Amino acid sequence: MTHAPMEKIARATPAPVARRIKGLSDRAIAWIFVAPSIFLLLAVNIFPLIWTIRLSFTDYRVNRPNRDVEWVGLRNYERILTDDGIWATMQATAHFLIWTIVLQVIIGFALAYLINKKFKGNDLWTTVIVLPMMLSPAVVGNFWTFLYQPQIGLFNYVIAFFTGADPASFSMIGDVNLAPWAIVIADTWMWTPFVMLICLAGLRSIPDSIYEAAECDRASKWRQFWTITIPMALPFLMLAVLFRGIENFKMFDLVVQLTGGGPGNTTTLTSIDLKREAFERWRTGYSSAYAVILFVTVFGLASIYVKALNKVKER
Amino acid sequence: MSFSVTDPSRGTKWFAGVMVVAYAIITILPLAWIIATGFKSPADAIAYPPKVVFEPSLEGYVNLFTTRTRVTEDDFAALPPPATWYEKVVRDQGMVIAGPSRYGERFLNSVIIGFGSTVLCMILGTAAAYAFSRFRVPLKDDLLFFILSTRMMPPIAVAIPIFLMFRQIGLNDTHLGMILLYTAVNLSLSVWLLKGFIDEIPVEYEEAALIDGYTRFQAFYKVVLPQAATGIASTAIFCLIFAWNEYAFAVLLTSGTAQTAPPFIPTIIGVGGKDWPAVAAGATIFLVPVMVFTILLRKHLLRGITFGAVRK
Repeated sequence: MTHAPMEKIARATPAPVARRIKGLSDRAIAWIFVAPSIFLLLAVNIFPLIWTIRLSFTDYRVNRPNRDVEWVGLRNYERILTDDGIWATMQATAHFLIWTIVLQVIIGFALAYLINKKFKGNDLWTTVIVLPMMLSPAVVGNFWTFLYQPQIGLFNYVIAFFTGADPASFSMIGDVNLAPWAIVIADTWMWTPFVMLICLAGLRSIPDSIYEAAECDRASKWRQFWTITIPMALPFLMLAVLFRGIENFKMFDLVVQLTGGGPGNTTTLTSIDLKREAFERWRTGYSSAYAVILFVTVFGLASIYVKALNKVKER
Repeated sequence: MSFSVTDPSRGTKWFAGVMVVAYAIITILPLAWIIATGFKSPADAIAYPPKVVFEPSLEGYVNLFTTRTRVTEDDFAALPPPATWYEKVVRDQGMVIAGPSRYGERFLNSVIIGFGSTVLCMILGTAAAYAFSRFRVPLKDDLLFFILSTRMMPPIAVAIPIFLMFRQIGLNDTHLGMILLYTAVNLSLSVWLLKGFIDEIPVEYEEAALIDGYTRFQAFYKVVLPQAATGIASTAIFCLIFAWNEYAFAVLLTSGTAQTAPPFIPTIIGVGGKDWPAVAAGATIFLVPVMVFTILLRKHLLRGITFGAVRK
């Protein structure tokens, strides 16, 4: 998005009109309007971040406030980066991240493509599909544990109905091999609509005239799909991937309620691991370093990705 | 609709419709199951095969709002007949009502914190968005980037120092603390969305008002605010839904007085195992308002989701 028109407006406003304004100058009003928001964001977002960075160089523990705090330098970082447990956590997160994105992009794009065929009642059905993403992930995660119960759960019953397996023979959240998929399925159910909505916005932004021109040139539908639809919707698709990527890297509520990180550590995503270190083992300094590493990772990956996205947009 | 070469054929539309409706039915099934389970008796809720047809029972809802105890058989026989229908439901389980449960309080906390943070966020966000849209704020692009980057932090990462800070100034487990926190979390997206809505209002309207002798403030609330009302309303819905659904901060920073419903619902347990109908009833009461909201306001909501994301 471009800032040029706003700059023009901003520059145009003061000159002829400003002289007639009574009271405060525009500059003062601008600051009065922006300051409370900046102050709140500084107090609740930036100040804590700086505090986290500071704590990450210490061995502070919240549950022992009277103990002397020692400055340990980079030792926390060293310990985290050489810890095998953390790499296992990263692997679980990568599995979750990759599969949720792949499934959500494929299903979400397909749904958007079908909805864009503008059949009767498509907006009502779109709303029905969107419902899951509006709900509380923790409450939904809690309820999915019920759906995943062996024997009595609806999910197991449906799978058993179609495959003929015994519904009591498998436990989606109790089995080390199935649990990583249990969280992928629940997240895909919940967030596919988000990808679908972004894709739909992308598809609707393609002007009909391009397809009309292609039709005149007798390009096949298949060719139109690959040479018009996909390239023009690609920036939107990439944007959807970016948002799901950031959100799922932070994933906590849905998964912690669904599996609690278990069985074993098979679904212990980074946020869940971080929560255990910080609020169960109370290793505040250590977990602060952990938080900084996560933040830098997200920020770095997102920045590289946004650069790539801008290149695609320019094309 | 006028005919065009690009209009999908009837067959295509029919196929697309069937596929989308099929997906919608699959996606709605778990939600329907939650709602249905709330009206089942505990035995029906865990029956195999899962019961689609069942005798509706309000046991789940009664259990959700009450705490119950067992009394000795003699005392039980000596009790007067139940005065109300819910007492009767509890008596049929062989128990008596001991008092109300905490669900009502938790739900009320969700309402207070949700609406409180939404109102505050709209006041701060609209003002900041207006300034970003209309004035030359020094470092404008940096400020906007700063606002956006705050969304990349995992909640747990900032929860540690916020926990320490809130404990220091006495905001831990208070409504005010949670309202301020949720306002801050929502503010970035709100400013971003609202700026887009205000950008769309022609600046000439205000110029006309200013020439007519309005001050900047008057022009803001008499000309800009009414024009931006729809945008503000749809942004407010997003903030409300976020605050309503939030779990990570709520579970870490609240325990008693200010706890909201999402951390509470999973902790509902019955006698000898999870009371699934009560959990389902709690979830239903909590989730259905959002579902109804979504369906009623779908035009604004769906536009807001894509608008907010695509603009970034």
